[in-house]
Amino acid sequence: MAIYASGVIFEGVDTSDAGCWHLDAYLKRGGYQALKKILENKIPQDEVIAEVKGSGLRGRGGAGFPTGLKWSFMPRSFPGEKYVVCNTDEGEPGTFKDRDILRYNPHSLIEGMIIAGYAMGSRCGYNYIHGEIFEMYERFEEALEEARQAGLLGQNICGSGFNFELYAHHGYGAYICGEETALLESLEGKKGQPRFKPPFPASFGLYGKPTTINNTESFASVPFIIRDGGTRFLEQGKPNNGGTKLFSVSGHVNRPGNYEIPLGTPFSTLLEMCGGMRDGKKLKAVIPGGSSAPVLPGDIMMDVTMDYDSIAKAGSMLGSGAVIVMNEDICMVKALERLAYFYHEESCGQCTPCREGTGWLYRVIHRIEHGLGRPEDLDLLTSVGNNMAGRTICALADAAVFPVRSFTKHFRNEFEYHIEHKKCLVNHKWC
Amino acid sequence: MLSQESIEKIDRELAKYPADQRRSAVMGALRIAQTEKGWLATETIEFVANYIGISPVAAYEVATFYNMYDLSPVGKHKITVCTNLPCALSGGYDAAEYLKQKLGIDFGETTSDGKFTLCEGECMGACGDAPVLLVNNHTMCSFMSREAIDKKLAELK
Repeated sequence: MAIYASGVIFEGVDTSDAGCWHLDAYLKRGGYQALKKILENKIPQDEVIAEVKGSGLRGRGGAGFPTGLKWSFMPRSFPGEKYVVCNTDEGEPGTFKDRDILRYNPHSLIEGMIIAGYAMGSRCGYNYIHGEIFEMYERFEEALEEARQAGLLGQNICGSGFNFELYAHHGYGAYICGEETALLESLEGKKGQPRFKPPFPASFGLYGKPTTINNTESFASVPFIIRDGGTRFLEQGKPNNGGTKLFSVSGHVNRPGNYEIPLGTPFSTLLEMCGGMRDGKKLKAVIPGGSSAPVLPGDIMMDVTMDYDSIAKAGSMLGSGAVIVMNEDICMVKALERLAYFYHEESCGQCTPCREGTGWLYRVIHRIEHGLGRPEDLDLLTSVGNNMAGRTICALADAAVFPVRSFTKHFRNEFEYHIEHKKCLVNHKWC
Repeated sequence: MLSQESIEKIDRELAKYPADQRRSAVMGALRIAQTEKGWLATETIEFVANYIGISPVAAYEVATFYNMYDLSPVGKHKITVCTNLPCALSGGYDAAEYLKQKLGIDFGETTSDGKFTLCEGECMGACGDAPVLLVNNHTMCSFMSREAIDKKLAELK
């Protein structure tokens, strides 16, 4: 159930029309005009990058790094092959926006990637697609073929002399491949284990060549920015938080789904758009940016606006825009136990603090939840977390620790009650 | 070892990557092989490795790392149900319990007639459609209430 409000990526997309993802429908919505504008007017690469910088677009995958700045890191004069890679390995629990971009508007991503290739002097790109969404991978392959047949992708695009090839790569089930260097390893046909940085992908990326990796939603925002101008994009959000953003709302709301709304929209407004809390229950907690983001109590959330700065100020992260809403019936120990299990399951095993630490976190939370908690367990969780965060090659360890720290900070009484009384403080019901 | 159709599909995967980077196609090739064979036996993995031109251990490493590859036989229909937190908040565990009860098996087990294998999955990136099931790795089923599960199981007979 996808519900869209105003926006950039889904503007004019009729998701009830089964053909909305095809090339002809995209062209009718003004698709590929941005690419044609660049090619016909031979707009210099610097100007394209400046437009993206001016839009205030920040990486939509979770880190929020300015996209235009990232593009400017690519050594455009490097004589060999350079790659543009899209990260559609959307596996952060709570996030399901990129799936809908591929489902309803795949050409916006294709056009965005071609423009990125032009701006960074790359002739080849790959889109790495999450294993579990095979049907979207097949659709994306079809969309690529439509673009090739129409002369919008491949050799001599629109007769301009510019060449860009784009291929889809299908993952097969590994959360870690959402980490950009693990993704590159996987694209090279290896185990998806993150690389030590530096060197960064801009200098040593896919096959050792300069590479820029962006999230699906970031690339899909580019056609709008080029066609209508970076300023128009920026104005849809607020300073330092340009544009609209897709929020994937899941959990205890009446209408879960994707909502494309201006950055800076109050959380309370978003909650209203989702039809409010299911069964009229009380809002207890929200994870505002995917399972790796710190949880926030409901009353704090009701005062934040949905943008990078406001959520950071409240002590969490906008992350991927995955908003997980929990009501008063949720035992926070149980909720955390499920998340801890996930990180333990998905640790790639390369770094000892993460491989062992995620297991420790899960086992300790599991025993608290099952009435076997010890008085020293909360200190033990803190100590394990401190020995993980910042001590590994990638951020998965940190991602596993953030929920533990925030759950035990904001809902400490529930953990203490569990340890002391061997049962939940609340009468837990998942839904 | 693999059908002509599968070989052609693997060739299409190989064509996506530079000529000196054939290894990149191993993930797609293993997926194609598994789709044909139902699961990945060591001989199948070796065949894929030889066809691509990489060492068998390099292909085996990939097959064991990514969790959608099945290294032992599974039922005709492998059903994976997501129970991660966002799904749990919208019926993921109910769907899992109902499937266990209906099929008479636990996670990681196969029905005695070999028709169904039930697995617990991690986030499939479809949390807004919870509860979600993945059938045979490639077909996503959304909003799987008990009625929807009954209907789906009847279709899969």
